[in-house]
Amino acid sequence: MDTPVGEQEIKYLLNDMLELYGYDFTDYAKASLKRRINRLFTLDRFPSFAEFRYRLRNDADYAKRFVEQITVNVTEMFRDPVFYQNLREHVLPVLATYPFIRIWHAGCSTGEEVFSMAILLKEANLLHKSLLYATDLNPQVLQKASTGIFPMSHMKQYSENYIASGGKEDFSRYYTASYNMVKFDEELSSRMVFSTHNLVSESSFNQFQLIMCRNVLIYFEKELQGRVFALFDDSLENLGFLALGSKETLKLSPIISKYRQEGKEKIWRKIH
Amino acid sequence: MAQNSLNSTQKIIVIGGSAGSLHVILYILAHLRADLTIPIVIILHRKNDSDSSLSQLMGLRTNLPVKEADDKEAILPGNVYLAPADYHLLIETDKNFSLDDSEKINFSRPSIDVTFQTAAEAYGEGVTAILLSGANSDGVEGLAIIKSLKGTITVQDPKTAQVPYMPQQAIDAMPIDQILTVEQLPVFINNL
Repeated sequence: MDTPVGEQEIKYLLNDMLELYGYDFTDYAKASLKRRINRLFTLDRFPSFAEFRYRLRNDADYAKRFVEQITVNVTEMFRDPVFYQNLREHVLPVLATYPFIRIWHAGCSTGEEVFSMAILLKEANLLHKSLLYATDLNPQVLQKASTGIFPMSHMKQYSENYIASGGKEDFSRYYTASYNMVKFDEELSSRMVFSTHNLVSESSFNQFQLIMCRNVLIYFEKELQGRVFALFDDSLENLGFLALGSKETLKLSPIISKYRQEGKEKIWRKIH
Repeated sequence: MAQNSLNSTQKIIVIGGSAGSLHVILYILAHLRADLTIPIVIILHRKNDSDSSLSQLMGLRTNLPVKEADDKEAILPGNVYLAPADYHLLIETDKNFSLDDSEKINFSRPSIDVTFQTAAEAYGEGVTAILLSGANSDGVEGLAIIKSLKGTITVQDPKTAQVPYMPQQAIDAMPIDQILTVEQLPVFINNL
């Protein structure tokens, strides 16, 4: 009862993606990738691997679907409320001292964390002098993120997260509900710039005071994680902050010597 | 037996539990021999809070080191690892962990099936899996994959389970190598 798409077959698919479409997944962590690819194979009911591969090679729209489905786009607003509380209490007061604030959300997916950050900035009266760069390798999720439209059904959870993170307002003041969707205020999105950027193959494009990259690096193999940390280091101003997901760490990377962890959350500050 | 030819770096014990399994896990930990070298990985369904008090609670019961598995951490002999809340815990073929925050499976993250399946692919016949008390069928498919790759599958005797549904689902689905009472479980592990 082995999986229909085995390791050798996955190598073929990843080579196809790289050669034909320029997406490099070859250094992604294999166990998760294998699950995602087999999930897609089953979901789209391919009778054989050959047909799966043929479709991928010959149908650019299907390649888009492949990218969208094998990358993980699970995210929520104010995920890990204590983390956001930390941003609020320890990071934003430092950012407030800058005349202009640049934040990079690397691997922003459908944008829930970018909107969470915009809300934090607004409440600290910093939004007007901030710019949030939200990037992802996948243009489809960016398109979604840029609309600021999210399902109504998630708002209860997000509102609870928001309150747990130290939010004092009525969360619903930030959006307008329409049927089963809500649209967040354009004041929030007016300070956001959405752009495709592939952490695997592209280089630094600006200097930031805060880089957020949460639950993206877990999908990469160790060596690729190291390359991305170097990219972040290149893109971070001195005394800037790097924020990772709750189970990710800078500890294994050589750049750690230039950084100091701020408190118990996964927030590091560049000190050299 | 083929298994005896494997050394402890080629073996792994994976334990999955849901409702009614915490006290069984604590009992097992309290009765493990101190020189057990086969790594143990525990996947326990629980609330999505990321505090680590559960691994500390488990650590009090045994002299073996107990910790939450970290992303890309090497799986070492003599350690007990707990799947962190709100992530799937996967085992890579190079015997490292990796984490994944994709969709819930069987309403669960961590999902027992995910860890069981990737353990089977990484360790093959070196896997011993144990499925404990629980109210859903997470883990049953994983057991089948472990069996198909020549691992050993064990379930808690449903008669001794607070919530017998999960082990009973496994028993109904396939032949199980051992069906053990709570007291027999640590004895079985100590003899691996």
